[in-house]
Amino acid sequence: MSSHYEAPIRKPLVIGDKSYHDVTVDVAAPVEGKANKHWWIVFSIALAAFLWGLSCIIYTVSTGIGTWGLNKTIGWAWDITNFVWWVGIGHAGTLISAVLLLFRQRWRMAINRSAEAMTIFSVIQAGLFPIIHMGRPWLAYWVLPVPNQFGSLWVNFNSPLLWDVFAISTYLSVSLVFWWTGLLPDFAMLRDRAVTPFTKRIYTILSFGWSGRVKDWQRFEEVSLVLAGLATPLVLSVHTIVSFDFATSVIPGWHTTIFPPYFVAGAVFSGFAMVNTLLIIMRKVSNLEAYITLQHIELMNIVIMITGSIVGVAYITELFVAWYSGVEYEQYAFLNRATGPYWWAYWSMMTCNVFSPQFMWFKKLRTSIMFSFIISIVVNIGMWFERFVIIVTSLHRDYLPSSWTMFSPTFVDIGIFIGTIGFFFVLFLLYARSFPVIAQAEVKTILKTSGENYKKQREANKDSHHE
Amino acid sequence: MSSNKKYWKSVEELNENSSIVEALRNNEFVEQIPTDEFLGNKNALTDSSTTRRDFLKYVGFSTAAASLAACEGPVHKSIPYVIQPEQIIPGVADYYATSFFDGFDFANLLVKTKEGRPIKIDNNTLAGAKFSANARAHASILSLYDSMRLKQPKLAGKSATWADVDAKLKSSVAEAKAKGKQVVLLTGTLASPSSEKLIAEFIAQNPNAKHVVYDAVSESAALDAFETVYGERALVDYDFSKSNLIVSIGADFLGDWQGGNYNKGYAQGRVPKNGKMSRHYQFEANMTLSGAAADKRVPMTVADQKQALVAIYNAITNSGIATTKTANDAAVQKAAQQLKAAGSKGVLVSGIQDKNAQLLVLAINQALASEAFSTVGTRQIRKGSNEKVAQLVADMKAGAVHTLIMSGINPVYTMPAALGFEAALKKVTTSAAFSLKEDETASLTTIAAPVPHYLESWNDFMLTKGTYSLQQPTIRPLFDTKQFQDCLLSLVGNTTSYYNYLQASAAGIVSGSSWNTVLHDGVYAGVSGGLTAGAVNYSAAATAVAGASAAKGFELILYTKTGLGDGQQANNPWLQELPDPITRVSWDNYLSVSRVDAEKLGLQNNNVANGGLNGSYANITANGVTISNVPVIVQPGQANGTVGLALGYGKKASLKEEMQVGVNAYTLYQSFNNVQAVSIAKANGEHEFACVQSQKTLMGRGDIIKETTLEIFNTKDAKEWNEVPMVSLDHKEVEATKVDLWESFDRSVGHHFNLSIDLNACTGCGACVIACHAENNVPVVGKSEVRRSRDMHWLRIDRYYSSEDTFAQDDEKKENFKGLFGDKGSLGGFGQMEQPADNPQVAFQPVMCQHCNHAPCETVCPVAATSHSRQGQNHMAYNRCVGTRYCANNCPYKVRRFNWFLYSQNSEFDFHMNDDLGRMVINPDVNVRSRGVMEKCSMCIQMTQATILKAKNEGRAIKDGEFQTACSKACSSGAMVFGDVNDKESKVAELAAEDRMYHLLEHVGTKPNVFYHVKVRNS
Repeated sequence: MSSHYEAPIRKPLVIGDKSYHDVTVDVAAPVEGKANKHWWIVFSIALAAFLWGLSCIIYTVSTGIGTWGLNKTIGWAWDITNFVWWVGIGHAGTLISAVLLLFRQRWRMAINRSAEAMTIFSVIQAGLFPIIHMGRPWLAYWVLPVPNQFGSLWVNFNSPLLWDVFAISTYLSVSLVFWWTGLLPDFAMLRDRAVTPFTKRIYTILSFGWSGRVKDWQRFEEVSLVLAGLATPLVLSVHTIVSFDFATSVIPGWHTTIFPPYFVAGAVFSGFAMVNTLLIIMRKVSNLEAYITLQHIELMNIVIMITGSIVGVAYITELFVAWYSGVEYEQYAFLNRATGPYWWAYWSMMTCNVFSPQFMWFKKLRTSIMFSFIISIVVNIGMWFERFVIIVTSLHRDYLPSSWTMFSPTFVDIGIFIGTIGFFFVLFLLYARSFPVIAQAEVKTILKTSGENYKKQREANKDSHHE
Repeated sequence: MSSNKKYWKSVEELNENSSIVEALRNNEFVEQIPTDEFLGNKNALTDSSTTRRDFLKYVGFSTAAASLAACEGPVHKSIPYVIQPEQIIPGVADYYATSFFDGFDFANLLVKTKEGRPIKIDNNTLAGAKFSANARAHASILSLYDSMRLKQPKLAGKSATWADVDAKLKSSVAEAKAKGKQVVLLTGTLASPSSEKLIAEFIAQNPNAKHVVYDAVSESAALDAFETVYGERALVDYDFSKSNLIVSIGADFLGDWQGGNYNKGYAQGRVPKNGKMSRHYQFEANMTLSGAAADKRVPMTVADQKQALVAIYNAITNSGIATTKTANDAAVQKAAQQLKAAGSKGVLVSGIQDKNAQLLVLAINQALASEAFSTVGTRQIRKGSNEKVAQLVADMKAGAVHTLIMSGINPVYTMPAALGFEAALKKVTTSAAFSLKEDETASLTTIAAPVPHYLESWNDFMLTKGTYSLQQPTIRPLFDTKQFQDCLLSLVGNTTSYYNYLQASAAGIVSGSSWNTVLHDGVYAGVSGGLTAGAVNYSAAATAVAGASAAKGFELILYTKTGLGDGQQANNPWLQELPDPITRVSWDNYLSVSRVDAEKLGLQNNNVANGGLNGSYANITANGVTISNVPVIVQPGQANGTVGLALGYGKKASLKEEMQVGVNAYTLYQSFNNVQAVSIAKANGEHEFACVQSQKTLMGRGDIIKETTLEIFNTKDAKEWNEVPMVSLDHKEVEATKVDLWESFDRSVGHHFNLSIDLNACTGCGACVIACHAENNVPVVGKSEVRRSRDMHWLRIDRYYSSEDTFAQDDEKKENFKGLFGDKGSLGGFGQMEQPADNPQVAFQPVMCQHCNHAPCETVCPVAATSHSRQGQNHMAYNRCVGTRYCANNCPYKVRRFNWFLYSQNSEFDFHMNDDLGRMVINPDVNVRSRGVMEKCSMCIQMTQATILKAKNEGRAIKDGEFQTACSKACSSGAMVFGDVNDKESKVAELAAEDRMYHLLEHVGTKPNVFYHVKVRNS
């Protein structure tokens, strides 16, 4: 995988004087140590939010979707907005682990573990919404093409919602397998270091009997490559299919062929922003600044800038096509987006997604940790608004003016959204305390080529011929 | 014949030497049952902890427990007929012809009963049955199952028996006779020959008795005028189909003016035939259904209307009565000249509550020799006299009335407080109220006498002179009720029942026909002659009208709303939830104010974040009487200087809490005048309306409601005024309707249903909406849910205002948008188009599921819960629906309705579906939807299938007109026609082939099975 030489001009990916053992200790430290007060505070807040969301979900399921703010004209609002938002966030993991693996971007090694964890946790949140948004969620299994006794009733393969079911479940399972495969050597590391029988037992189970033999490593590498190959098309397909929910409809503002690439770019955009949000905190809290370096953040910021600009081009293309189409319903839908009753949502989206990433052109700003953190949050707010704009402002004024109306969320809508954020952080915080948050086995493979101390040594000895 | 076949039970038997076979031959079992093992050991048995007694205890307990558990099972009271009545076949509906008149609404009906329960009102379509059911008549079936009805008689507030009531009435009448005091029968208009005969007998027996007729909403002025001229207290039954020119001065004849029920005749003249249709001028203050339908509507105050009436009188009769100048003289003159030119083909009607004005109406129509105006077969449905009612109240106050027997009215609620009826009632020794409910009046009278609903009782009517209608019960009385007429019979000492009395009296009327025939038909059309006009000094009347002084302050015009009418059925959730056709507000009455006046007074409407409509409150004062906190609607088309307020709301007694909405405008109905001078002041706070349509205008989307003028319609090619949208296919412009993304199915075999809706004939009356509710068990969701845009109507009537003066100008304005900014920019332009004009054109469009052949909803459902039938219907399988709502989002017509909550048997939605009595109205052919599923118009598939089955059983082809939907059946104006387009001879096939036919949103390519006819305006 990794060559043994890296140009000195390239910045080191591991900073400081780290040996293999140091890497092991650093990565194992959060798992083996005790949680501090801050972790408990954040965890308690997340848990409270999660439980609140859970009670809102129970209330919805027991009483009816009427507890939400939806109406006869706007049949989806926060539910599907949240769904698409979470799925979008879930894109970064696969992109980082699979696509960057195929492109041999070594900088991914420090962040892919957490990015993939984020992917899985956010896809779990996303998967929640299509189920609870149903009027009769207890019959959700009807959307699966399982043999049944309802006569010869089968699912409707024409429906994009059904494609969603396949796309999301495929994505979740492939991501999970990919993630777990990468985790095996690291779990084994924790197992080998475990001092109590209980943790040893747990990590033994989790590491699936990893022995560290050469054969293990060979299979590991092969499976990683195969899974990367499998996962790469998924990066494109999942959000493409999610976008079909809208693109194949007849509603002005939804019925747009630009949606697949536009959604994928937006998904990568929001996913990278979320990775930035999480890692900027994590590197600090878990003392991983040596591995998740400023360079990582800068590279992430560049991706955010590029995808943000792609999304911006898509927004403008939409406007252009609406004008160029000459279809009055289409034109009005976009005029209404920008200047109608929900103009604030549209301009929030524009500001957050198109204007704010442009600051990343400045090296000073994109290497500022604080600024990157703020922008990462802003981008995700913007991306939430993007989905809200697409869903609600297209629906609230469509063809027949007699049915035009407005949407306003109830406490249940808000509660469930906050609940999923809580659930996400509960999972992520538990993960941060029990999983190896950096793919240490992989990082070790590049330590000698990209570690700062080794690079320095090599530089110092470049005149000698020991290589 | 014997056989030597050997039957064997197992293979073993074939083996002769088998020991098992041998053993089985001798014993039942192969091995001995080892009874000794468990019974042989005596010691073990005696040592056992379970004794024989214990064993018996266990057996006893288990048996008792098992039988007790069995007792807990639900008991369904399903009792079969011991002897099944010949007429009742479970699952097969029976129909009974009957008639309906409650003192306000009237109709000739056909009542559908299922297993002995009346469940639906249809129109009686036999010849002679003139009057169709309006929304309230359709909804009256639900009032039968009203759980708040008075269930047994009460004497002085305590439950009593009918014997007590009869005895009390008898003794009271005798006492009055002895004391020489008055006995008064106070009723609404009866229009019932038998009841009137009975009352006459009662009065003959008791010379101290009199009969006073009181109409809650008075038409006294028109009655007085007609009586003066023709000597008969009646109203003209206009035939608008015979008029080419209709001029209405403040008469909402498509609403409740003089009883209404003019839709059918009016609509006939409005559909262009041979290049001709009627022209309609409307001069009015409130925006009414008639104003909405008019070709030219001029908003004007009632004071100005009087001047206009005199001006037209001058023009028609060549008189020269001096009139005061008004702002609209030019329009009035134009109408007058055209009316004069139309001659006998013209007609003028007026709703001005002034005897002199009504005399002028008679004079003008006489002078025109109007064909629509005929004194043959006059309407008998209003008889009330303001004078006599005022006299009665004065008598009561003076203590001259000993016994007051009221029937079918609620004067404590409907009479203005200033009249003092409530106080006067206390001076009456014995008072009785024959009423369906323990209403405001019945709760104050000595006797509260529950009467049966009209679907439980016998009666006869003479709605128009010469036509005789019978009312027959369709169900045994639900409660301990007795008809007013039966009580009267016992008062006059007649021991027969009213049924027998009715039969006898009918025999004298229906000459040449039998009782059974008339009962079966529901109507008997007799003959009646015309009346001769007496000599009346019309010019004096005209001078008086012209000289009337204008009111100071605002003119308040009291009117009745399509939903509640005079307010008798206020506890009917269907009617409460029926959006007003004009404002589209349900569950309320409100003060309608023009934009100009609203700005002056600081009153406003606004939509809040969830789309709900809010309005200011106003306090209105008339003659010292104030109603506080009346919610305000800014009404386009309202004449400046006038405000409108509907009667019939603000009732409190015997109403469920949800129904106690609105304010009681009867308190302002002083001197029975529907025009009151009022002052208006803004009050604090905001009212939360339940309005189903927040966008008022059409936004220049002329392809949604296509319309043209008669001139263009007659002279230009259909392509010009009924443009088919074009799309590019293989770089060629082709008609969007000809392009198909899919290979179409062959639809030429079997039935293919289409529904035609003529926008020219639709008056927006709302009868179809209620009929759809009744037929399809559509739930009522209540005010707060309607406010959240969650009304469940499968069929809605969209109402649009123009933003410019006409819709054509709207389209033009939108066409001429240039760029985004500036004067002609679309950004500002669309904003302006959201605001309706001050006197807009109005258009109605009934919209239900369009049953698209290429339905966007069908492709997106993940579980295939909605799919297409061979017959063109878009099915909805409720049981399969998981409730993703994707179909509703993807519906361009937004006709799908979601069950956000459980609407039946849920105390949160305490309407008829939450009580056992109310649920009796449910149509057993249509299932009640559970929460979480989508529902929508099914094109009444239960009706079409029943028709197909019936014809199949009878082995015949289906005739045109047999296929119906609830809405097409209810549509009296003929705007909705349903049928099979594969039947080339059918009406609907013919309509589908007409030039005016278009589909809603054709360019989307949905290929609907509902189509509309271009609206043609004769302006």
